[in-house]
Amino acid sequence: MKKLMIGNEAISRGAYEAGVTVATAYPGTPSTEIVASIANYPDVYAEWAPNEKVAMEVAIGASMGGARTLVAMKHVGVNVAADPLYTAVYIGVNGGLVIVSADDPGMHSSQNEQDNRGYGRFAKLPVIEPSDSQEALDFTRLAFDISEEFDIPVMLRITTRLAHSQTLVQVGERKEIELKEYKKNAAKNVMLPGFAKGRHQDLEKRIIKLREYSNNSSLNRIEWGDRSLGVITSGVCYEYVKEVMPDISILKLGMVNPLPDKIIKEFAAGVERLVIVEELEPVIEEQVKSWGIKAEGKELFTLLGEYSPEYIAERLAQKAPHPGYGLDKDIPGRPPLFCPGCPHRGIFHTLKKMRLTVMGDIGCYTLGALSPLDGMDACVCMGASIGTALGMEKARGTDYASKLVAVIGDSTFVHSGITPLIDIVYNQGTSTVLILDNSTTAMTGHQDHPATGVTLKKEPTMKLDIEALARAIGINNVRVVDPLQLDELQQALNEELQRREPSVIIARRPCALLQKPPQDKKMVVDEELCKGCKLCIRIGCTGIYFVEDKKLAAINPNTCVNCGLCAQVCTFDAIKIMEA
Amino acid sequence: MGSKVTNILIVGVGGQGTILTSRILSQVAVQMGYDVKVSEIHGMAQRGGSVVTQVRYGEKVHSPIIAKGDTDILLAFEKLEAARWLDYLKPEGMVIINNERVDPLPVMSGKVKYPVDIDQRIAQKIKRTLIVEASNIAVACGDVRAANVVLVGVLSAAIGLPEEEVDKAIRKLVPAKALDINLKAFKEGQKLFKDIS
Repeated sequence: MKKLMIGNEAISRGAYEAGVTVATAYPGTPSTEIVASIANYPDVYAEWAPNEKVAMEVAIGASMGGARTLVAMKHVGVNVAADPLYTAVYIGVNGGLVIVSADDPGMHSSQNEQDNRGYGRFAKLPVIEPSDSQEALDFTRLAFDISEEFDIPVMLRITTRLAHSQTLVQVGERKEIELKEYKKNAAKNVMLPGFAKGRHQDLEKRIIKLREYSNNSSLNRIEWGDRSLGVITSGVCYEYVKEVMPDISILKLGMVNPLPDKIIKEFAAGVERLVIVEELEPVIEEQVKSWGIKAEGKELFTLLGEYSPEYIAERLAQKAPHPGYGLDKDIPGRPPLFCPGCPHRGIFHTLKKMRLTVMGDIGCYTLGALSPLDGMDACVCMGASIGTALGMEKARGTDYASKLVAVIGDSTFVHSGITPLIDIVYNQGTSTVLILDNSTTAMTGHQDHPATGVTLKKEPTMKLDIEALARAIGINNVRVVDPLQLDELQQALNEELQRREPSVIIARRPCALLQKPPQDKKMVVDEELCKGCKLCIRIGCTGIYFVEDKKLAAINPNTCVNCGLCAQVCTFDAIKIMEA
Repeated sequence: MGSKVTNILIVGVGGQGTILTSRILSQVAVQMGYDVKVSEIHGMAQRGGSVVTQVRYGEKVHSPIIAKGDTDILLAFEKLEAARWLDYLKPEGMVIINNERVDPLPVMSGKVKYPVDIDQRIAQKIKRTLIVEASNIAVACGDVRAANVVLVGVLSAAIGLPEEEVDKAIRKLVPAKALDINLKAFKEGQKLFKDIS
């Protein structure tokens, strides 16, 4: 019987069926479930790498070593892994190598919405794009065959909507693939200029063969219908087009690099009006137009965000948009926020109170930038907090560093915070780095990492000692505080910010979602003492709210986890921790 | 648009247990041999934000997401969320609202007021509006957390899903120790729909 699977689970299943024995990733929405679920197959080695570059290198090594290998990451993770990726394409593969890039049009959980189909042309690698979970499984299996046949890594490009939509899947059997022989071959695997020139020449030949493959592959298919309109599309957009205009002619591309030029020319010649429907960048459109084919694309459709069936109907068929009921205009927004008991809340409350310039980073704690905490000045990419803090200090002078802090999570620090910390020491910075250690990769759903001491397969392993690491780098001032003890936190910050040398403060407390709230106590607002000043409300916790008619704060016992933060913030001692 | 496809939009607040409801519904659709697509959002939005799950089933389903104005049933775990997603409903569609209020941050901090009459305003616009006390019924069944399965009962009665198929799906998806309470919650939900409609 067919099973419902999200796209990510189907990719994992496809890789398993293709005989993959090595899988590696750094977690990142919307890619996380791919390698998380392949870890459930006992005959696949699966790991969390510290970052995507390392994951890519592990994957390249495993492929060289003869294993069919899967490596998965979110779109911006490919940037981190881009250095090894570009050269891996020259080298090619031994065991098949498939790289999943999970893009996030609409930025459901990302800092940008770059279109990684662009990597196909830039890095010169084949890019395959499925439209539903069944294709995700089938295309993943096929991608390993393509990789080995053409001696090249293959990118499977998906988007959030495919990654996290469940559709029906018919699973197959695992193909047992023997480990390929490893033979030393410097001319192929050592990318010195002399050797790399040969591999580049070879790559250009491989790309020509791949375009021929693309022209003859079942990955790309024409569905002839009403020929007055023809649409070229791929990925989830294909499903949207089918939904709203089932009778038109469609060229569905499963291989978006190299494009099947012959099929596209045949299709274009067979329709009266040609339109290209692709989210984000005009990757297909620009190539098609460069061949002298008349087509419409981004003059109809936006470069921004995620498309929807009604948007495509509106733009393609001039169907009037749904008028709506007008109620949504009066509805207060519901932004995401820190969970009750989250150790990050007190951090940003304190940083704002101390009026510090805060160079932030990527994780749950990026929510500290939102109202009412408003506790962050900048956030760029994974690991950027520390380097940007040093840059800010070098621009504005050492005095400014006493009002400047870098804030980074434990998993993000291991990902890419270590080298910039070395830069601070090496280049005589004095910045204070606050590492928020909640002992997990929280935002993506609680994955382990090198500083948790547990592997993806839940085996105990050597635990990275962040304090010892910081000292070894040359940070003389390393201290650990409890982020739920606000006085202790503020004192540590005051002392370390004043020092004319770099410091690391580790704010350590496990993620609130990993702990059972204490049952023996409960928070109570003393209505006599409460002045209605709303100081406690400004920590932005769903466990406490303001009762307008009484002008008093009140605890919501359904959400409060008795962390006691609001009691520390109250200047009138009106919030008490009572025995339950 | 998708005339033979049933479109159900399940909306609520991150952490309210909307996922189990969509899992049960999609499992029923799979059991009945339909093509099924379900779309959900993971990641940042789950942290107390507005969440939405889309369930579509029929002979053949293409898009995993429902077009605006094409939802047959809007099932809201919270009143504001019903209003937020109302434009996705068909004019002749039905909205089922759990009479639950969860204040979003701008309300908690006193910046804006919770529109307390929002369910009544919805009822004025949408003829087929059902407001239910799923949480109270769940408490009577033995656990407030079974409110999501009370709503499964209401919804499945509203669209005429076979009782035995829903029963089977609940048995498959709910852990053994919570099964009795949830089966009871399902029955009470069905009964509730019959009583009020």
